[in-house]
Amino acid sequence: MSGNNGNPAADAREPAIELRGISKAFGPVQANKDIDLRVAKGSIHGIIGENGAGKSTLMSILYGFYQADKGDILINDKVLKISDSQAAIAAGIGMVHQHFMLVENFTVLENIILGAEGGSILNRAVTNAEKELERIEREYALEVNPDTLIEELPVGLQQRVEILKALYRGAEILILDEPTGVLTPAEADHLFRILQQLKEQGKTIILITHKLREIMAITDSVSVMRRGEMVATRETAKTSVEELAELMVGRRVLLQVDKKPAKPGDVKLSIENLTVKDGRGVTMVENVSLNVRAGEIVGIAGVAGNGQSELLEAIAGIRRAKSGKVILDGKPIGVTSKVDPGMLRDQGLAHVPEDRHHMGLVLPFEENENSILGYHDRPEYLKGPLLQIDAIRDDAKKKIEQYDIRPPNCRLKTANFSGGNQQKIVLAREMERDPVVLLVGQPTRGVDVGAIEFIHKRIIEMRDQGKAILLVSVELDEIRSLADRVLVMFAGRVVGERSPDTSEGELGLLMAGVEDSKETAA
Amino acid sequence: MDLSVILQVLDSTVRLSTPLLLAALAGLFSERSGVFDIGLEGKMLGAAFAAGAAAAVFGSPWIGLLFAVLVGLVLALVHAFASITVKGNQIVSGVAINFIALGLTALLGQSWFARGGRTPQLSQEQRFSPIELPGSEALADVPILGPIYADLISGHNLIVYFAFFMVPVTYWIVFKTRFGLRLRAVGENPAAVDTAGISVVWARYRAVMICGVLCGFAGAYLSIGQQAGFVQNMTAGKGFIALAALIFARWKPLNAMYACLLFGFLDAVAIRMQGAEFPIIGTVNSQLMQALPYILTVILLAGFIGKAVPPKAGGVAYTKER
Repeated sequence: MSGNNGNPAADAREPAIELRGISKAFGPVQANKDIDLRVAKGSIHGIIGENGAGKSTLMSILYGFYQADKGDILINDKVLKISDSQAAIAAGIGMVHQHFMLVENFTVLENIILGAEGGSILNRAVTNAEKELERIEREYALEVNPDTLIEELPVGLQQRVEILKALYRGAEILILDEPTGVLTPAEADHLFRILQQLKEQGKTIILITHKLREIMAITDSVSVMRRGEMVATRETAKTSVEELAELMVGRRVLLQVDKKPAKPGDVKLSIENLTVKDGRGVTMVENVSLNVRAGEIVGIAGVAGNGQSELLEAIAGIRRAKSGKVILDGKPIGVTSKVDPGMLRDQGLAHVPEDRHHMGLVLPFEENENSILGYHDRPEYLKGPLLQIDAIRDDAKKKIEQYDIRPPNCRLKTANFSGGNQQKIVLAREMERDPVVLLVGQPTRGVDVGAIEFIHKRIIEMRDQGKAILLVSVELDEIRSLADRVLVMFAGRVVGERSPDTSEGELGLLMAGVEDSKETAA
Repeated sequence: MDLSVILQVLDSTVRLSTPLLLAALAGLFSERSGVFDIGLEGKMLGAAFAAGAAAAVFGSPWIGLLFAVLVGLVLALVHAFASITVKGNQIVSGVAINFIALGLTALLGQSWFARGGRTPQLSQEQRFSPIELPGSEALADVPILGPIYADLISGHNLIVYFAFFMVPVTYWIVFKTRFGLRLRAVGENPAAVDTAGISVVWARYRAVMICGVLCGFAGAYLSIGQQAGFVQNMTAGKGFIALAALIFARWKPLNAMYACLLFGFLDAVAIRMQGAEFPIIGTVNSQLMQALPYILTVILLAGFIGKAVPPKAGGVAYTKER
């Protein structure tokens, strides 16, 4: 542990917020342990740590959502008791939550005034609020139409409404909890510009994230949390991604994946002119053709919602395609007619779905039950119609060991595992079946740094064993470090193929739909 | 069919839809705040008994109404405590209230008044009697409008007027006041309300209490307005029909009024048609006529209203998340 290295430059400036010895326990779990933190006025301070490191708990204490068991909160050098959110708001603290706290079928204006209506009858309050909101929107250049319903706004704008909500309440200190989790890269950049501007106007900003890149891009100083403790504070300019990653995880982390050049073999998965429509009849995948060879990873990059999910689902047999052909290991599969994921599984297709909570796992089930889900009708798990519980548990224990799933308890409810470990449960189930083709969607979404390293290594190992792997991820870094070939999807079409060494800028342009001059040969 | 028959049917439509309307508006407050209330029936029944008993004992409809409102409120608080404070299942709590009301009214009725669960027959002064609106006599002779005013609009008891008056009032409260904004917000996303620094629990409690008060009026209407005394299980499923009307109306006050009038109308027609001779079919079985509103309810709810989206946080107690 590196101790609490306060940095002198930040200390010299007046702190907007100071935390002294904050501790908080939930039952036997010590979520925050003796935390000290100083955030200088008019700065952007990052708080970084893995999932479950206690970042959100700390901020919830600051926002009055929880009471600390011990410790003091100082705002502008005065000790303040923040007993509820109302008190936090009064102290000038605003919070933009990870999951937006908006009423979806209310208008923007209704959401902004909720709790700060300024009168018991709305008509009058609304007129005043409109004027005030207009002033704030102009001052900070944050335009949103106040009469639009929240559900009609894209996420980026919904987040803007959250920021406006805080500013409307006169927030001087703005806390953002994992603000970019739901944003496209372009929206995230826009958010950073907004934050920069707010800082220039004298606001103090605390940014909570587990993404190192964001910390480096925007913060002035950064504090690292690990297992409920504040392990270090650094000036951003004087630290590096490697140092922060090491502080977060508590050991050295390989951020760059080590891999040998691919040795592609025969084509194992071939897709020809695949077109897929969604439930509303909108074309989500249009005329997509691609090949995946044994022993290579083909990465599909793109901003979320450009058809990658539907493509993956159609190949996996979850969604019926409108037209086109898919050939798996030399045999065509009926993607346009009858097809079911179970059949495809028997033919050697494994699928790690994008959304492990909705598709990959049944969260209330025990770990061992999830570890055979979809393969539960295999003879090794059955004796007549009865499940062979012992065989299943032994099998689960083996996978737990191989994949270092923690805690190593196959009887534990799956919901009680962390995101990274849940993902490992899915990966272990799908990878240990010796598939011919592996489809992987968002393998590291919501997964902590340590687990990401492990998952990436496993995927590369699978490739080296000669599996054909199709990888879909919205994390461009992940695509670039894992894939041997990168296809970019935009608006349902593959708009270009590049090598993974292609600059981020060039790939970014493709992802934004800027047409490709070079013809693609997928 | 002449005007007087139509007016008679419409007149009884108004009478029959009044308790539905009050109960539907009651449910609207509760459900908009995110507390599902299947116990409208029980609250109405309890209130009807309280009104009948108190009016008989104290000899005043006003005291009857007061007791009805109190009983409605107490039962609502039981539901609130179970579903908001201790975060129990709202459906189970509602069902329990229905059973308690059904059992207790019969038991107490028998032990206090010994008339097979009925409360004593009320005299004219002990109940809310029809109010003749000014000028109804004088205008009665004006063609068409006269009878409409005299027979349809005038001549109802106070609670009928109160019920219809509550429609715009409810609309105003729910959509035009701060209280209403917060009420709707806790029903859709309580976390948003909590983080805005407002108590979710208190907002929901208030909504459920209003629900109890309105159920009190609905119950009082049955035993000391429409009829002259309490009869065992006199709500006879009206609380459930009101709930259906509320869903049918997609939790909107004005729509709720239309839905209740429709159900009231079906009921009125059914009563009117009992024993009537039709060509070819002959006399229609009276049980079938009585079942008609329920059959139509099922058909309407099943097919004709499309998807009714309830308040998003409905049925779920609010727990702060880590």
